[in-house]
Amino acid sequence: MSSGVLIVGEVIDGGLHPTVRQLVNAAGQIDRDASLCLAVDDAFDVGALENVGVGNVILLEHPDAADDGVDGVYSLLSELVCEAVAQLEPSSVMLAKTDAGSVVSARVAARFGAGLAADCIDLAVNPSTGRVAVTRPVHGGNALAVYEFPGDGLQVVSVRPGAFEAEVADGIPEVERVDVSGVSVSGAVPVLVETVSEAGEGIPLEQADVVVSGGRGLGGPEPFENLRELCGLLNAALGASRAACDAGWIDHSHQVGLTGKSISPTTYITVGISGASQHMAGCSSARNIVAIDKDREANIFSHARYGVVGDWAKVLPAFTAAVAELD
Amino acid sequence: MLKIAVCAKQVPDTDIPPSQFKVDEDGLQVVPPAGVPPIVNGFDMNAVEAALRLRDAGVECEIVIFSVGNAFALDVMKKPLAIGADRLVLVDDEESDSLDALGTARVLAAAIEQDGGADLVLAGRQASDWDQAHVPIMLSELMSVPLVTLVRNLTMSEDGDSFEVERVAEGGCQRIECPMPAVMTVTNELGEARYANLRGIMAATRKRPETRTIADLGIGDVANDGRLAMTRLFVPVSESTVEFIEGEDEADAGRLLALRLREAKLI
Ligand SMILES: Cc1cc2nc3c(=O)[nH]c(=O)nc-3n(C[C@H](O)[C@H](O)[C@H](O)COP(=O)(O)OP(=O)(O)OC[C@H]3O[C@@H](n4cnc5c(N)ncnc54)[C@H](O)[C@@H]3O)c2cc1C
Ligand SMILES: Nc1ncnc2c1ncn2[C@@H]1O[C@H](COP(=O)(O)O)[C@@H](O)[C@H]1O
Repeated sequence: MSSGVLIVGEVIDGGLHPTVRQLVNAAGQIDRDASLCLAVDDAFDVGALENVGVGNVILLEHPDAADDGVDGVYSLLSELVCEAVAQLEPSSVMLAKTDAGSVVSARVAARFGAGLAADCIDLAVNPSTGRVAVTRPVHGGNALAVYEFPGDGLQVVSVRPGAFEAEVADGIPEVERVDVSGVSVSGAVPVLVETVSEAGEGIPLEQADVVVSGGRGLGGPEPFENLRELCGLLNAALGASRAACDAGWIDHSHQVGLTGKSISPTTYITVGISGASQHMAGCSSARNIVAIDKDREANIFSHARYGVVGDWAKVLPAFTAAVAELD
Repeated sequence: MLKIAVCAKQVPDTDIPPSQFKVDEDGLQVVPPAGVPPIVNGFDMNAVEAALRLRDAGVECEIVIFSVGNAFALDVMKKPLAIGADRLVLVDDEESDSLDALGTARVLAAAIEQDGGADLVLAGRQASDWDQAHVPIMLSELMSVPLVTLVRNLTMSEDGDSFEVERVAEGGCQRIECPMPAVMTVTNELGEARYANLRGIMAATRKRPETRTIADLGIGDVANDGRLAMTRLFVPVSESTVEFIEGEDEADAGRLLALRLREAKLI
């Protein structure tokens, strides 16, 4: 297969990372016969590949594959993927723009001198040039840019998680196992001393159907108590803008946005958030945005479906009280 | 003495409201609003702060800022000097506009190498213009040194031959011991850069940046080699229209909002 797209999927807890099926869908926009490769150890359950939507899966088998991240920085994973690219010679490599995917994509591109387009939200083949054209948000989401790969060299594309729906297709792929146990990381490597989990409070942002976020307009940490109360009533997750997190009013794990969490709730309620493009980058797939802000001109209102212009200190308590009375 | 290289990029100010963000679609360029000066990329200032904190903790070090670009606003690029960085190396070249991430990483690697190398290269987690987060990763690959991304705390080990790093990870953080030399990217969780005092500003005014061109670096033609080409740049339009809920006063509007959301089955 010296042409075509090679999807590099991530494995999590012996199964497929949620982005894998999104990548399969994304790859289908430019190549119907894309292959999927996964770095796996013995614990990987091949049953997870059912209905994955590609005809061909390549399992890169390495005893430490699932442990990558052991050094915290995906060195082994990068080596395994470089090995796969060298052996399989795809025309394009496609990954998710996750923490791991960022590192692996940039390492592969540097190693092979490839063109690299990151965080793409749309992929197509330009009908007039026959070349792959990708669209990605730039300048914090203020603009969109379309790129093409003009040369014949390797193309690396990373895809924004959540930008594509997950593929669901019938069938069981053909599985090819490649023994890459001889691959190792050369040179000095960092050592992971410990992983500390800092479980955020409340419902996880990514899973919530309703999210309530607060911003700089709240003026301090105390008003987040009001938001917590509202979250309790609505069974909602608590979010925040970067400004609120940087000010220390709430932990950074609650940050929504370009460099925070991406969320796609049915209802997203913002209080005192202006709607900077970097914030909107994390909630553009929220289906209904509801904003409370004292500035009628705030950008959040050009994305919102419902809005109240006013001081949160007056609007929010009445809103919360009315919510408590709904049944 | 430890040598710390900090990669810092000049970018358009990110604090302008989205309504003022304009592009020149034909020229495939961003047009900053008149009179708004550029800034040093925010995360790069966090990286400068990380270097200064190592010094505060007693690590003897030289801190050198490296930047690739053109049309530099000197008073902006001197900000790291004003808070304590020692030198500023500018690769000032028209060509830099046509560099992709790999090209930029090659230029930075060569500039750092020509300057005698570095024990630690710090960069921002991403540049706020093209939002790629690739250059430092590629730099580590080109320099064949370890990489740690998303650093929020950085100290030196007791014996002074490795770094103790805390990086932001999914659901928490990771503590990592990283050998030297290394490349690290710094995130805003580390904390904002300190303010410059008058003495620092005066000292920075007197310092001259050391400028080079790409040709000076002797790495040949690194311009993007046709790997990636932008074909379109535009500002997307939001088609959403907001329904403002109004009441007798603000509290009443809040109450009516709750009723409206329930009616629309959104809560
Ligand atoms: C590279 C990069 C990445 C970034 N990533 C993120 C990210 O992931 N997430 C993120 O959120 N930001 C991010 N930012 C920051 C972003 O650009 C904005 O600075 C930030 O989102 C602003 O937060 P805010 O809306 O809370 O504050 P502001 O923009 O200051 O808005 C505050 C709002 O509160 C309103 N207000 C004030 N007082 C009241 C009151 N009494 N009642 C009601 N309303 C009131 C004001 O009218 C205003 O609209 C990033 C920036 C950069 C450069
Ligand atoms: N032209 C440049 N000059 C100096 N540093 C840069 C340049 N481009 C990128 N960097 C560094 O690499 C980081 C990530 O940039 P990017 O990969 O472009 O998102 C930035 O935060 C800077 O620290």
